[in-house]
Amino acid sequence: MNNHPFHDPGLKARHRSARLFKWYATASIALTLAFLCFFLFDMGRTAFPALWQTYVKVDVSYSEKTLRLTSKAIDRKYRKIVSRAWLRNIRRQVEVKPELMGHTLSQWVLADDQVDQYMKGHHYNLKVKQIAVVEALKVEGAIEMRWNNIFFARGDSKLPENAGLLSALIGSLLTLGVTMLVAFPLGVMTAVYLEEFARDNTLTRFIEVNINNLAAIPSILFGLLGLAVFINLFGLPRSSPLVGGLTLALMTLPIIIVSARAALRSVPDSIRQAGYGLGLTRVQIVQDHVLPLAMPGILTGSVIGVAQAMGETAPLIIIGMIAFIPDSPTSIVEAATVLPAQIFTWAGLPERAYVEKTAAGIVVILLILFLLNTIAVYLRKKYEIKC
Amino acid sequence: MKSSARQTTPVKIKIAGLNLWYGDNHAVKGIDMAIPANRITALIGPSGCGKSSFLRCINRMNDLIDHVRIDGQVIVDGKNIYDNDVDEIAVRKRIGMVFQQPNPFPKSIYENITYAPLKHGQVRKGRESDALVEASLSSAGLWNEVKDKLHSPGTSLSGGQQQRLCIARAIAVSPDIILMDEPSSALDPISTEKIESLMLELRENYTIVIVTHNMQQAHRTADYTAYFHLGELVEYDETKKLFMNPGQQLTEDYITGRFG
Ligand SMILES: Nc1ncnc2c1ncn2[C@@H]1O[C@H](COP(=O)(O)OP(=O)(O)OP(=O)(O)O)[C@@H](O)[C@H]1O
Ligand SMILES: [Mg+2]
Repeated sequence: MNNHPFHDPGLKARHRSARLFKWYATASIALTLAFLCFFLFDMGRTAFPALWQTYVKVDVSYSEKTLRLTSKAIDRKYRKIVSRAWLRNIRRQVEVKPELMGHTLSQWVLADDQVDQYMKGHHYNLKVKQIAVVEALKVEGAIEMRWNNIFFARGDSKLPENAGLLSALIGSLLTLGVTMLVAFPLGVMTAVYLEEFARDNTLTRFIEVNINNLAAIPSILFGLLGLAVFINLFGLPRSSPLVGGLTLALMTLPIIIVSARAALRSVPDSIRQAGYGLGLTRVQIVQDHVLPLAMPGILTGSVIGVAQAMGETAPLIIIGMIAFIPDSPTSIVEAATVLPAQIFTWAGLPERAYVEKTAAGIVVILLILFLLNTIAVYLRKKYEIKC
Repeated sequence: MKSSARQTTPVKIKIAGLNLWYGDNHAVKGIDMAIPANRITALIGPSGCGKSSFLRCINRMNDLIDHVRIDGQVIVDGKNIYDNDVDEIAVRKRIGMVFQQPNPFPKSIYENITYAPLKHGQVRKGRESDALVEASLSSAGLWNEVKDKLHSPGTSLSGGQQQRLCIARAIAVSPDIILMDEPSSALDPISTEKIESLMLELRENYTIVIVTHNMQQAHRTADYTAYFHLGELVEYDETKKLFMNPGQQLTEDYITGRFG
């Protein structure tokens, strides 16, 4: 029975090892997915409460006295219940609306972070008396959770209920804008030179090796370089998106160069030959026929470079972009911070309320990265030219 | 026996003592040859014998390769194209080239034709370009097939159509000479037939040099044929004579299929 012409005694073991290999591969993918899901789920769960913020309805009186001493604007028993940041703001309210003067109004007011944490069922730090006040407000229906606009519309604050992501978001945008404006043209031109113009000699090979090495340097060293060159030597303003962007550009350059060279190399040589055969110059050929074909690859590489730069914290800490920035920067020479640095700051603060903000910040970064990758895929699909 | 072809027409390209080295590899060895105007000259020979290398010397395409050394003369219309005062860009503009694999630019059919003439300042955008596109595509026998889709990509055509587009593109810069390196070896017999009759038409106005592995093709189209072997020009004569009555044993062996 075992002597038919297709009998092969070794096959059984080979099939078994193939099955085993497949099983290992599947198991490792499943494990990776499980970790990823756990991470995302945990992040989402921690971040979700940050989207809501507690407000209480109390009487606020506007007068000369309360403007001088804002804590007097509300009843004594609510002093620890209401956010100090909100109270500080009543002066501005009067400036905008002078007719408020001399009135006492019942208003929805931002609650203190401890009250907020109590309402969310997290760890809180309130006295028994204050808890009683909160419970009384609850019964009256004078306490509620609202969509947390502050988180997306304000900068950092020492009062957690008043802390937001906006200034870090704008800092990140300005910094990455500088990075892109510097690294993209420089990187693409370098790649074009190395791929299309440079003769293959010792010098270009030396440059090549060094560019590849640059991509492997720990990012913190770029921070030191940025500190030494841009701040100390050129005297550019510390903590500014300009310096941050230039420093990140140093890091992003090799990524762009390497991916742009790969994209240029994948353009078939027959296109170049066709151009030469018509008496075109090298510049015309590269500019009008080679670069358009390489563009999808170059763009994808650049977006990936930017995504990497966006998550970079260490070099920016060195050049001081971890400052406390309550107001959004309006130019690239003002002090600013970036998203990951903001998250790093919040993660180090003792108040419980910052935990959810940290998680929410991370979710925002993840969403932006996801968006950038989607853009990369979209660009590749859109500009793909068949040849 | 070299250059024994009795030229009845004026000489367009005179090649004298042409040598080419890729590094240490002496690929083209001391070629002397006179290529007549308005005729088709075929280069045949076994693979690796230097036909393409020789052909690419005629429009200085080899200048683009690192470590290439060329000496000797290629005199076109009385001027050595390797002289110091000759720009290779100008050479390639007057001596067009068609390659083995069709290689249209990844642009529309229209732009494939007009790109180079616009850059050379030979035509302007608009009516002049339109006329040039129609004229070039008609000369290449492609007009009727593509006139309704001039703005679709050149790469959307069939292989044979793409090759004729490449010929039209080469004609559009109005060269005197067209070099073709195995232009139909990647094509089916019907497309090959079209390219061959196209070459015979173009002969009126252009000097054509073609490399081919297809004996019948050389026989059918070429007025003169040159047989290369290991970088040397073994025999060069009227096609009829070379095929019917080869003067060299090597040539006879090759055309009777004893090797190659
Ligand atoms: N770019 C190059 N660099 C180095 N050597 C080359 C190059 N191109 C061709 N050669 C060498 O020159 C010699 C002649 O090559 P060539 O391409 O001219 O032959 P061919 O006659 O066209 O062959 P085929 O019929 O296969 O196309 C070969 O030995 C080849 O290895
Ligand atoms: Mg060849």
